[in-house]
Amino acid sequence: MNDRTEERPAPGASDPRRDDQAASRPEGGEHLLSQLVSHLREHRTRLRRDWAERIQQAHLLTAMTPQEMAAETTSVYDNYVEVLETGSVEALQHYARDLSERIIPRGVETHEVVGIVLLLRDVLARSLFEKYQRDFALLNEVLDAYEPAANRIANTVAVSFVDERERVIRQQQDAIRELSTPVLPVRERLLILPIIGVLDSERAKQLTEQLLTGIRKHRAKVVVIDITGSPDVDEAVANHLVQTVDASRLMGASVIITGLSPKIAQTLVTIGVDLSKMNTIGDLQGGLEEAERLLGYTVTRKEGSTSS
Amino acid sequence: MNGGPALVSIMRQGSTLIASVHTALDDSELVRFEHDLVDQIGEHRSRGVIIDVAALDVIDSFAALTLRRIAEMARLRGALTVVVGIQPAVAFTMVQLGMGTGNVPTALDLEAGLQLLAEQALPAGPSRSSTAGDGSR
Repeated sequence: MNDRTEERPAPGASDPRRDDQAASRPEGGEHLLSQLVSHLREHRTRLRRDWAERIQQAHLLTAMTPQEMAAETTSVYDNYVEVLETGSVEALQHYARDLSERIIPRGVETHEVVGIVLLLRDVLARSLFEKYQRDFALLNEVLDAYEPAANRIANTVAVSFVDERERVIRQQQDAIRELSTPVLPVRERLLILPIIGVLDSERAKQLTEQLLTGIRKHRAKVVVIDITGSPDVDEAVANHLVQTVDASRLMGASVIITGLSPKIAQTLVTIGVDLSKMNTIGDLQGGLEEAERLLGYTVTRKEGSTSS
Repeated sequence: MNGGPALVSIMRQGSTLIASVHTALDDSELVRFEHDLVDQIGEHRSRGVIIDVAALDVIDSFAALTLRRIAEMARLRGALTVVVGIQPAVAFTMVQLGMGTGNVPTALDLEAGLQLLAEQALPAGPSRSSTAGDGSR
């Protein structure tokens, strides 16, 4: 383990940021850092245990089992030391992203992740205090080399974690958006478009797109838009809705709107669009009956079928 | 009118004229199309006109106006016009710009347009079917 320090890339070749420290202390920074790394490798087991204990004391990562935590802390520790040594943030970034992917589904919070990395930084700093306590000047130099690198690592982990989290959120938003405006064929030439939840302008745009392409795809003649599940819309969205109805008409489909709430009705009247061409019916049942009438369907109940 | 090959093919199918627009038309081409179509309505004694705009990605205000004008002229000459095949994006843009097709009926595609014409024509003149065959001269 310790001999890996020999394979370190040439000083100053890998990371320009480290040159800043090396500049003030020629040779000193590089030399100290390698000394530091070998110290951390030497006391790996003890330091890792200290760290795990402090994580437990702080009640972090409670969502993980002790085995998982031991594995993760070992892995994080080794990576940490490696990044200190090589100055390559890429390896750590990669690891942090991987870690985030695994622990986000378990409900680990951002403050926990940042917390454990900061704890590790503190544990390692303490061990440095202990080791260099007799030589204050040397301790100072070691900390000069250690602190920027450690802070950079904490930064990277936090940023990767938040990035990963945002990626997951974005993915879920896309999924919700896709699910939120289903266009359902119920009979030949008849589509139903149930709208559940608040209609914002983004969703309204999506709805129009899906409806118009749905009309084309299913060769629909009648579309029933049911907005029972949407309590309120703002004026822009109401306007958009009216335009969608007109656009559907241009594509040869007539639209029936059902389940208008009193509030939406009020909004539609207030914005003063021409509503004479809007075909609205109180509830979805009535809308379906009207749609069937328009398409020439008659639904009759069979004699004697009393089930249900 | 201006020369060159027509960019809109106008086909006769019984008493219906089917005008299929293949490419985007500029204003002068639209004017020519208008003339050609209205001429042919009289020539073939058509009762219905279908204008298929499925190939158009853009319908500007002049094109929309021309469609309305054609429909009105055709009505004056005894034919009902249906515009078919408006693309979803085009439909919404037209509505947003406030330039729909006015009173011109629309249908999804050629088939739906023919059906619409058949429904409209039936009550008007059931005896017309006997004369539909000898429209050519």
